[in-house]
Amino acid sequence: MSFPWANHYTPSHPVMKWMDEKLPLPRLVYNAVGAGYPVPRNLNYMWNFGVLAGFCLMLQIVTGVILAMHYAANAGVAFASTEHIMRDVNWGWMLRYAHANGASAFFVVVYLHIFRGFYFGSYKAPREMIWLLGVVIFLLMMATAFMGYVLPWGQMSFWGAKVITGLFGAIPVVGEPIQQWLLGGFAPDNAALNRFFSLHFLLPFVIAGVVILHIWALHIPGSSNPTGVEVKSESDTVPFHPYYTAKDGFGLGVFLLIYCAFLFFMPNQLGHPDNYIPANPLSTPAHIVPEWYFWPFYAILRAFTFDIFFIPAKLMGVLAMFSAILVWFFLPWLDNSPVRSGHYRPMFKKFFWILVIDMAVLFYCGGAPAEEPFVMMSQIATAYYFLHFLVVLPLVALMEKPKPLPFSITEAVLGSDDAAKLAAKS
Amino acid sequence: MADTTGTADPAVIAGTEGEGIRRRDFINIAAVGAAGVGGIATLVPLISQMAPSKDVLAESSTEVDLAAIQPGQAIKAIFRKQPLFIRNLTAKEIAEANAVDVASLRDPQTLDERTKPGKENWLITMGVCTHLGCVPLGAAEGEVKGEFGGYFCPCHGSSYDTAARIRKGPAPKNLEVPEYEFTSDTVVKIG
Repeated sequence: MSFPWANHYTPSHPVMKWMDEKLPLPRLVYNAVGAGYPVPRNLNYMWNFGVLAGFCLMLQIVTGVILAMHYAANAGVAFASTEHIMRDVNWGWMLRYAHANGASAFFVVVYLHIFRGFYFGSYKAPREMIWLLGVVIFLLMMATAFMGYVLPWGQMSFWGAKVITGLFGAIPVVGEPIQQWLLGGFAPDNAALNRFFSLHFLLPFVIAGVVILHIWALHIPGSSNPTGVEVKSESDTVPFHPYYTAKDGFGLGVFLLIYCAFLFFMPNQLGHPDNYIPANPLSTPAHIVPEWYFWPFYAILRAFTFDIFFIPAKLMGVLAMFSAILVWFFLPWLDNSPVRSGHYRPMFKKFFWILVIDMAVLFYCGGAPAEEPFVMMSQIATAYYFLHFLVVLPLVALMEKPKPLPFSITEAVLGSDDAAKLAAKS
Repeated sequence: MADTTGTADPAVIAGTEGEGIRRRDFINIAAVGAAGVGGIATLVPLISQMAPSKDVLAESSTEVDLAAIQPGQAIKAIFRKQPLFIRNLTAKEIAEANAVDVASLRDPQTLDERTKPGKENWLITMGVCTHLGCVPLGAAEGEVKGEFGGYFCPCHGSSYDTAARIRKGPAPKNLEVPEYEFTSDTVVKIG
């Protein structure tokens, strides 16, 4: 599970020795995120975001459990109890803003984590399982974030719940019964609010469980690195602690500066004013949009305004939106290039940046009203999105001539790696 | 009980198998089968509890008095916790709806099929967009009615005509016409 030259855990204090025999938890931590885990020496700052995502999950669980102590999941009083948290509970305003902006922060770092994976080919063998578990975590995060946004029971909460559960109504024949079963009624009401609260409390712990599997799967091949060349010898690695605990600590500091700037100076910047209006089933807000982190997928949903063969537009939009994430599950097998890192793949690198621009367009259109030119822009960007994954990536892998790879990580860092070359010859 | 005494001789075991099902196999299948059926039966309440509860289902039908609604006016009522549009169509709006070639519609229906005989001016539909369930605009005074003069959904831009039929945008169906009947000349009972 680790490299032969990894540091060994040797407790010296009698209490730690006693503990190690009974429950080797400190040993597990030492080998997972301590000096016992050798990591490539050349990781750049894009490798900070896994730790930051873990921090955000902890932040959300701590603030969320506290908010649940003051919140009441009943359609009659949910909005008032949210205002009670904002106005009456000691530090309640800060805890709620920390939780709301914490969700945005979580998605920022996870998106960067995912794009790190796209660019550096982190999904490729032997790390497919880490990638697949990561996509599962992302789907769970989306479900959790959606249900959390419903809880304050404001206008955006209510209409978000109505639109998203309406997606299931698009399924032929069984759609409407499924929708009523999910909501426990004909429209979002007390039954829906209560179950969303229950699941919103549960899912973060499910995410934490899958995160443990994600890290477990990571520790089998070990971390990837910017060259994409596998670790060959001890000189290619440094122990996680103190090297990357320090680097991640610095990254965490920068992250907290930005996060706190939002939390204390513009806590409502990423929210919608409409959600400070109590839910009203008889009036839809003029411009109904989800939170910013769903915009690219919302744009894909709305891009289908016409029927395709026998599939109605509504069902097509729903299928496309879910497929946009499900296609990530096939990424390790769609991109067949033996070279991992985008640094050494000139053609792939260009298409990577086109994908980034494409997703930026989808992001922008998802937040814009449903009118021209945004509908057409969404349609073009949606077509390219699927083209990238299903056509461009397999073709690039076939046609591209990659740049020469360094012999080892050490060579990439120091310019030469005599020891490793000698070892390889003998 | 020869086969449960644990004899090591394979011939003895083979012999008992030849006679049919062994007692142990029977017990095994019966036990796992019973546990399986029991386990699946347990899922019924776990899944069914999420369906609409009795009090939600028991919401009675709604009665609306139409006397105060002038031609060209519309009101929003509530039916099963969802908005209901009741519109008193003008002669011009009825003519507009009837002028449309029905075959060209996404969800082909005539205005007559969507109203009661002799009451063609009363257009009663759910105020729930058939796309994703938003409340379309156009029922209240001063709201946009969209380019076909009926209703316009602000969420994803679906436009409905004066018979509340889908004409443009992502919605697949016309606004749903609920079951209703006129209990008198001016009172309608929905549901």
